Amino acid sequence: MKDPGELTARLLQGDRAALARSISWAENGDPRFARVLEAVYDRVGRAWRLGITGPPGAGKSTLTNELARLYREAGETVAVLAVDPSSPYTGGALLGDRIRMEERTLDPGVYIRSMASRGGHGGLARAAVDACDAMDAFGFQRILLETVGVGQAEFEVVGAADTVLVVVHPGAGDGIQAMKAGLLEVADVLVVNKGELPGADQLVLDLEEAVHVRLRPSLRPDRNTADAGPAWTPPVVRVSAKRREGLGDLVAAVDAHRAFLEQGGRLEQRRGERRVEQVRNVVAERLLDTLWGSRDLGRALAGRLDAKTTPYAAAAAILEPILAAIPYPESEPSAGAAPGGANGA
Amino acid sequence: MKRKIRVLVAKPGLDGHDRGAKTVAAALRDHGMEVVYTGLHKTPAMIAEVASQEDVDVVGLSILSGAHMSLFPRVRAELQARGLGEVLLVGGGIIPQEDMAALEGEGFARLFGPGTPTTEIAEWIQGEMERKWQREEAQEGSRS
Ligand SMILES: Nc1nc2c(ncn2[C@@H]2O[C@H](COP(=O)(O)OP(=O)(O)OP(=O)(O)O)[C@@H](O)[C@H]2O)c(=O)[nH]1
Ligand SMILES: [Mg+2]
Repeated sequence: MKDPGELTARLLQGDRAALARSISWAENGDPRFARVLEAVYDRVGRAWRLGITGPPGAGKSTLTNELARLYREAGETVAVLAVDPSSPYTGGALLGDRIRMEERTLDPGVYIRSMASRGGHGGLARAAVDACDAMDAFGFQRILLETVGVGQAEFEVVGAADTVLVVVHPGAGDGIQAMKAGLLEVADVLVVNKGELPGADQLVLDLEEAVHVRLRPSLRPDRNTADAGPAWTPPVVRVSAKRREGLGDLVAAVDAHRAFLEQGGRLEQRRGERRVEQVRNVVAERLLDTLWGSRDLGRALAGRLDAKTTPYAAAAAILEPILAAIPYPESEPSAGAAPGGANGA
Repeated sequence: MKRKIRVLVAKPGLDGHDRGAKTVAAALRDHGMEVVYTGLHKTPAMIAEVASQEDVDVVGLSILSGAHMSLFPRVRAELQARGLGEVLLVGGGIIPQEDMAALEGEGFARLFGPGTPTTEIAEWIQGEMERKWQREEAQEGSRS
C-alpha cells in the first residue's frame, strides 16, 4: 500500500492493514500521513482515549488487557497503542507489551499496535497522537495508550489522553517514587495494582493522603478546570489485574472522569490544548529535521567552529536570519500557548 | 530517513523453549531493529495477524519442534491471505539441510541453521531490507 488515496479508502472501509500502514507513515514522519489525516479528520474525536502509565512492571499491560476485555464485553471496540523505549545507543527496541494481550489477537474488534519511542524532538508524542487519531478515525471507541512512566517524553504521550491512569504497585517504595517523578500530577485516576499483595493497603492510604495534601486544585490550574467549578480529585482505586478484582470500580472511575470532563466545556478545553500541543510538536519536528537533516547544519558547522567561538556566537549566526523572517509579532510576556478554547473543530 | 526495520519474532508450535527466539530478538534489537516479541505457542493465523497489525517488514520464526515443513508454508499462506506476500519470512532452528534447501527452493523463507551467529542473521536482514527499500525508492522516483 503506497498511495495515500488508496490507503484512505481502505481505512474507511475498515481495512486494518491500512490502519497499520498509516501508523507506520506517522512514525516515519512520512508526508503521506498528513494527506491521509486530512481526508479523515472529520471522523476524529469520537473515541475516548485512556492513557495508562506508571513505573516499569506495575502491571500496565496486564491491566490494559483486562480493560480491553471488559470494554469488549460491553460491546465496544478497542485499539491499543503500547509504547516501549528505544535504545539510545542502537536505536533498536524490544516491543513486548502485547505478550500480555495475546487472547485479543484474533478478535476483530481489537487492534493492538506496538510503538518504539525512537529519538527525541517531541517526535514520540507527535507520532502517538497521530496513531490515536488514525485509530479514532477508523472507528475504535476506546483507545488505550500504554507507556512507561519514566521521563518527559512519556509524560507528553499520556498527556494526550482524555483520562490518564497512573498505575503503581506495592513494594520497593514505588508510591513515593511515583510522586517524585511527577506521576501524581498527570493522574486523573490512581490505580494501585497487585492489590492482593501485602503493602497494597498502605500504598492506597499513602496515595490518598498525597492526593489530598499535595494536589490542591490550585496547584494544577491548567488541567481539568475550565472555569471556576468543582475541581477533579483523582480517586485511588485498588485492583488486581491478575485476579480480575476491582476492575469494575476502575471502569466506573474512568466513566466518572469522563462525565466530569463532559461538563462545562472541560473536554473541549482539554482537547483544544492537545491540538495546540500537536501543532507545536509538528512545527518543532519539521524545523529541527530541516535544519539538522536536509540542510545539514551539523556538517556546515563542523568546518567552521573553532575553540574560540562560543556556542552562543555560533547559534546566533544561525538563528538571526531565521528569527528575522518569523512573521508573527512578539506577544505579551505572560501569553501561554493556548488561548482557552481556541479550538475550531 | 527515520524508517526502521520492524521485525516480528514468533515461536510457533508446541515445544516450550524460547531461549533461541529471545536471543535472536535481542540481537536484532542490538542491530537497531524494532522487534515485536510475542512469546510461545503461536498459530500461523495469530502470527500473520500480528504481522499485519504491527505492519512489520520481517517475520522470524523459531522452530525446534520438527514441524517446520508444514509451519513455514502455512505461515506464508496466512501472510498472503492478508495481503502480506511481500513480508520477508525467515526461520531458524533445528532443521535438516535438505529441508532447508527444499523450503528455500520453493520460496517459503530464508532459513538459518542452528549455531548461525546472530550477527549473520541480522546483517542478512539488513542487507535485504536496504535493497528492497532502494528498489521501492527507485520505482517511486521513476513514477513521479
Ligand atoms: N501479583 C500480581 N502480579 C501482577 C498483577 N498484574 C500484573 N502482574 C505481574 O506483574 C508483572 C509485570 O506485568 P506487566 O503487565 O508486564 O507490567 P507493565 O507495567 O506493563 O511492565 P512494563 O511494560 O515492562 O513497564 C507480570 O509478571 C505480571 O504477571 C497483579 O494484579 N498481581
Ligand atoms: Mg507493559
